[in-house]
Amino acid sequence: MADPMRIRAQAAGDKATIRVLMSHEMESGQRKDAAGKTVPAWFIQEVTATHNGKPVLSAEWVPAVSKNPFLQFAVKGAKAGDKIAVTWKDNKGDTRTDEATVS
Amino acid sequence: MKHSISVLLAAGLMTLSLHSLAQKTASQGIDEYRAMLQDGNPADLFEAKGEALWTQKRGPKNASLEKCDLGKGPGVFKGVFVELPKYFADTGRVQDMESRLLTCMETLQGFNAAEIAKTAFGRGEQVNMTALATWLAAESKGMKFNLSQANQAEKTFYEVGKRLFFQRGGPHDFACASCHAEDGKRIRLQDLPNLTKNPGDGVGFAAWPAYRVSNGQMWGMQQRLNDCYRQQRFPYPGFASDATIALGVYLGVNSQGSASIAPAIKR
Repeated sequence: MADPMRIRAQAAGDKATIRVLMSHEMESGQRKDAAGKTVPAWFIQEVTATHNGKPVLSAEWVPAVSKNPFLQFAVKGAKAGDKIAVTWKDNKGDTRTDEATVS
Repeated sequence: MKHSISVLLAAGLMTLSLHSLAQKTASQGIDEYRAMLQDGNPADLFEAKGEALWTQKRGPKNASLEKCDLGKGPGVFKGVFVELPKYFADTGRVQDMESRLLTCMETLQGFNAAEIAKTAFGRGEQVNMTALATWLAAESKGMKFNLSQANQAEKTFYEVGKRLFFQRGGPHDFACASCHAEDGKRIRLQDLPNLTKNPGDGVGFAAWPAYRVSNGQMWGMQQRLNDCYRQQRFPYPGFASDATIALGVYLGVNSQGSASIAPAIKR
């Protein structure tokens, strides 16, 4: 089971800024281990975000994204008390969803 | 006429801003890059993990670390980081954060401390060790270093640490002091703090544990010291060994009064 994400959601004006830290190895598949064998690729492929259950972001990620990735985006019309949920799915089928309340 | 003046003015402003751009030094550029990273410091992830580990029942004795005495009484975790290393009467040793956690993991949870000390960084229980140290450091973020030098053992450790800091060795015949005993020194673009005196808030001892962006690893002070010995091509004195703790006392006492920014983020 993957470690939880850290999600911070702050409303300012007519939008909310969402900052997400994900805990993931993001192995590119280009590296070799000490024995010279290729370390298999293992990375987040799909990222989606919802605002009170309504999809607001959908992204396809590639191995070029760093380890423990940081994602920031703005949601128009999000107010304090709204729920923001972020989900990622990696190429091994592992998935994780975390939710935060806009403050 | 008016029009040409404003054009001239605009041109003047442009050269001015170009000039100030050129004035930006490499280290200022790095500072800006660090400030950008600061917002999403992945150390947060390790911090959260450490916080959960503190209360989690683990080990052969199936106990949590909540009764661990880190220097301010059992279970107190706020503000302990900026007072370590210090002398502990129960073990009769001067201990830093990581060696004290090791003691608690052995006495409270029943783990084999010697085995954990032998484990490579980033493997097995060492991962949990780093997460715990990260969270505990975060609980003292912004506080000022205030190490005790009241006990004779603490004074001895300071002196030993100072000697170790200046002791040259290894095939390159250099010491900690070769890189960290002069103002304004740097390796490539990295500024090297002068650690023989107080380097100021959030520099040197006050910046570890830290997340290293270049390799995506969270490092505690023990691993940082290990890396110094690796660069020196000198054998590492061992995890939580007296030698590494003595260096910690030397660096910590020198940082007296400086604020801790740990867990920090590094290149």
